[in-house]
Amino acid sequence: MLEIKNLHVKLEEEDKQILKGVNLTVEAGKVHAIMGPNGSGKSTLSYVLSGRDGYEVTEGSATLEGEDLLEAEPEERAAAGLFLAFQYPVEIPGVGNMTFLRTALNAQRKARGEDEISATDFLKLVREKAKTLKIDAEMLKRPVNVGFSGGEKKRNEILQMAVLEPKMCILDETDSGLDVDAMKLVSDGVNALRDEGRGFLVITHYQRLLDHIKPDVVHIMANGRIIKTGGPELALEVEKNGYADILAEEA
Amino acid sequence: MQSPKVALRARKDEATEARLATLTLPETGGWLDGLRADALSRVRAMALPGPRDEYWKWTRPETLISPEVTPAALFHDDEPPMFDEVDRLKIVFTAGKFDAEASDDFALEGLTIERLAEAGATDLHWARDLYGTLETNGQTPVERPLAALNTAFATDGVLIRVTGKVSKPVSLIYRRESEASEAILHHVVKVEQGGEMTLLENGPAAARFNKVLEVEVADEATFHHVRTQARDHERRAVTHIFARLGRESVFKSFTVTMNGVLTRNDCVIELTGDDAVAHVAGAALGDGDFHHDDTVFVTHDAVNCESRQVFKKVLRNGAVGVFQGKILVKEGAQKTDGYQISQSLLLDDDSQFLAKPELEIYADDVACSHGSTSGAIDETALFYLRSRGVPTDQATNLLTLAFLAEALDEIDSEELSGLILARLEGWLERRRG
Repeated sequence: MLEIKNLHVKLEEEDKQILKGVNLTVEAGKVHAIMGPNGSGKSTLSYVLSGRDGYEVTEGSATLEGEDLLEAEPEERAAAGLFLAFQYPVEIPGVGNMTFLRTALNAQRKARGEDEISATDFLKLVREKAKTLKIDAEMLKRPVNVGFSGGEKKRNEILQMAVLEPKMCILDETDSGLDVDAMKLVSDGVNALRDEGRGFLVITHYQRLLDHIKPDVVHIMANGRIIKTGGPELALEVEKNGYADILAEEA
Repeated sequence: MQSPKVALRARKDEATEARLATLTLPETGGWLDGLRADALSRVRAMALPGPRDEYWKWTRPETLISPEVTPAALFHDDEPPMFDEVDRLKIVFTAGKFDAEASDDFALEGLTIERLAEAGATDLHWARDLYGTLETNGQTPVERPLAALNTAFATDGVLIRVTGKVSKPVSLIYRRESEASEAILHHVVKVEQGGEMTLLENGPAAARFNKVLEVEVADEATFHHVRTQARDHERRAVTHIFARLGRESVFKSFTVTMNGVLTRNDCVIELTGDDAVAHVAGAALGDGDFHHDDTVFVTHDAVNCESRQVFKKVLRNGAVGVFQGKILVKEGAQKTDGYQISQSLLLDDDSQFLAKPELEIYADDVACSHGSTSGAIDETALFYLRSRGVPTDQATNLLTLAFLAEALDEIDSEELSGLILARLEGWLERRRG
């Protein structure tokens, strides 16, 4: 599904190398988790994959189902099936949540040569998905993320994911700022989307999210590279001993 | 030797006389003649605006006062005329002249309509006390000589007296026919106590259009005004609204401007009765050779009144937007709630927004706020939309409409705001890139 090879990335503004040769393959139907200390390059990886400005790929490649991602515009990547759940979802005053969702869905369908969804079908689709995430009609009417609590913003990200049905989902610290109940809601939302044809890359600091979204593979990232890969037990090890042991092992 | 100030005034007088030489006082007769003569004296006393005038610092008045009209190529619209879908009473002016054939009968319950050109003959006309009166009041503390010029030389217009709640809008439609046309129209609206009406305006009128609207909103009366100045690329327009509000009255005016090489819209509002509400708002979208100036002056002279000024401008390819807005709270106008916001969205580095927000307050128990901002499309929001699959152009349009939303919200009627939104969307789609 997602294949990252020897990815080197530096910041455009300053000559600072952030990713120093990331290799990672996420297969369809699998959930991969990336853990790592602050500044290890986890979020940069998610931004580079989704096409945010300000980063320069100096070496390596990233493909989604064999198609090059790095040369594509962000909207093309989305239409190809890539989705990033933001660590800090953006507030857009003046744009209603429903308008936003419908515009996004129809833009993707159009890009893939499909018909636009009818207003009725769309409403039905959103209502159904919103219900399981406990997103009420009021939240759907409000401008995108404006005045939303931290938990509401993250639920709104998962709603978008549920409506857009991407092939490859990247969750960037989706657990940050969530209380226990919100984490459960968000995790349930993600788990409901787990599917044979869909890949997940879950980026997190803490193991606790992985109690809810059980990963197949866990990677430890440090200093711009993946330094260790293992099963779910690796996350438990981090939880118990912190990153120090693993980092020392590598050094 | 002349002082620089005297020389400056002499140049203004010269320009004024050159302009006046091209105009003849219309013979509308009766009471109007005296009012026109008074207005002409006001024009001479003030002289037409010059580039050194404080309120013409950012908008060059030359083409608005020149003896000759700068020709403007006729623009052929591919959209149906604005407000076509609305159930309304149509009054059409073609090339500045009333077009009886294209207009509806002036019959609508709750109001009477007359033409300015025919009203002079009626001796005890209600409009006698208003025509040029609100304009004269509006000349202090800031002079507006082009409005006085209008009062003197207006060839026609409508006089509307509202005595009840009117069931559908009165719609003024301005059509133009030639490249070097000029139109000077003057309307007076008097909404009597408890009356209610909506006035619509659209169309380019002329290559150069000078229009004045005087509105008296009596106690507990309501006046809604929605106008579009749209899609006629080379036309020039100077317009003035003078409004006086009585107790518990409501005045709401919204203007959308798309294109037009030069537009100067003055709005002068005086809240003279307690608990009155005045909202004036505008959305202007300019691309390229576009200069748009909103100059607003709101005076609070009563207790517990509310005023809002909401002006948004979308500018690209070197378009220029100007906002000069003032809230004056007079002594004793306690509990005033005054709000003013002027914002521009600059879609490139060549466009420009110039703003002068002013507050002058002589009462101690008031809440007044004003803000003015100038910014580009929010890159973070743009990326967020793109990351969800919305292409850059479409995302930019969505964010542009979001920027305009606060101004559009000032239109009470959903039908009208829907129609205007559709035009804005159309403009954004067409003028992309």
